[in-house]
Amino acid sequence: MERKGVDPFEVDVIDALQIIKKYLPGWELIPDLCLDAEALNKLSTVIKLQGDWLKYRSSPQFINPLLIELKLKTMDAKRLVEIFLQSWHPIVELQQLSFGRIKEAVNYWNQLLPLEERWKKFPSPTPSKPGYASINDLTRLRLLSEEAFNEALQQFWQELVRQTGTAVKIPYWKFIYADTYEDTVLRAYLTSFLITYGYATLEIKPLEEEIFLIPNPKPKALAGKQAISIPISVDYQSWKEMRKARKVE
Amino acid sequence: MSEEVASTTRKVKRAAQMLLFQRHRIPGVKGWELKRALGREYLSVIELLNTELEKLGLQVKTVYEELETPKTPSEEQLDKARFFVTLKIPLTAVEATMSGWRVDDVAALAVTVAYIISKQGKAPRKEIVQILKEKFPQWKIEFNLDRYVRRGYLSQDENEMLYLDWRARAEIDPKALLNLILGETQSQAMETSTKQDQLPS
Repeated sequence: MERKGVDPFEVDVIDALQIIKKYLPGWELIPDLCLDAEALNKLSTVIKLQGDWLKYRSSPQFINPLLIELKLKTMDAKRLVEIFLQSWHPIVELQQLSFGRIKEAVNYWNQLLPLEERWKKFPSPTPSKPGYASINDLTRLRLLSEEAFNEALQQFWQELVRQTGTAVKIPYWKFIYADTYEDTVLRAYLTSFLITYGYATLEIKPLEEEIFLIPNPKPKALAGKQAISIPISVDYQSWKEMRKARKVE
Repeated sequence: MSEEVASTTRKVKRAAQMLLFQRHRIPGVKGWELKRALGREYLSVIELLNTELEKLGLQVKTVYEELETPKTPSEEQLDKARFFVTLKIPLTAVEATMSGWRVDDVAALAVTVAYIISKQGKAPRKEIVQILKEKFPQWKIEFNLDRYVRRGYLSQDENEMLYLDWRARAEIDPKALLNLILGETQSQAMETSTKQDQLPS
């Protein structure tokens, strides 16, 4: 109550005292009596606050806060500002650099090393060149299990055989195409492994600009043959054109 | 010029420097600092300075640690009191705006200070927000109240109770403000203000 500035007359002191008086004869234990003593002590504080409250309210300085609140609420902002400015005398203060502070600043500047020299103390790390992670790397890092990858590759090879059917070969783009661009890239990626591991052969007709995939009945070892890399760009634009063509079909 | 006059002039200049240039985080100078720099008769020096400042529309204001201004302050009270230079003549609305105060912000400060004064120097933040909410948006109220605390007009305790802080006590004449709000004539209020601002003798 003292802390929050609440009206101390909100506490019914007489009623509280009567309750204490009523139960006092029944108390036998010291902790119970101590609690009563504490309650009496707090009630005496409330009585003191009530006294102060009355004194202040009866003094000539007292102005009813409700009246002030009412006046403030009814006044417009402009009038309030006018009134406030009449009773407001802002402090005049100037800020300046003292001689001591300037001396400190000059010393700091003189002792401060050039930026280049300060940076030398913290050599920048030399990052390794970016590269590609191979299947072996992924397996070594336990991001991919060799068994799972081989199984996925086998299933993909069977799909190639199934799609080729009775024909000998299937157009590369027809095989790798999927409903989303991400899946198409994934299929192209897996296809590259089918070719590398001898599950399929890539046939390129440069003049016709056609690429075919020929599934092998059994994985062929590439022993004795010079492995060559054939980059095939699976860009988003090509995929979109393929999708458009499929829709027309 | 006699030695005594020259010495007093030097002291008045020194007092002006001490009071006008901000030396600490909070402006103004403590009584004991003035006593150390100007000697035991520092109040006479301040009075002389005040006479000079009045010609420029300024005045020396004394703010005591006690909430009530003592009628005859003791030496200890004067040592702990803070001396400031403030404007003697009130600002106009245009001047206040030019010094970086928006009309809204001054109005909100006026309401806050007046309400706290009427509640014997402290009021719960919630109550003030409630009053201001009738005319200002909530975000602006919170922003402004925090700003008044930062600038030293208000202080806030852990129970979110707001009090008038050092700057409000130095700059605002509480009696004049309440009298004006209650509709007293301007001249009466100004009279009260002038009486209150008098230096300790």
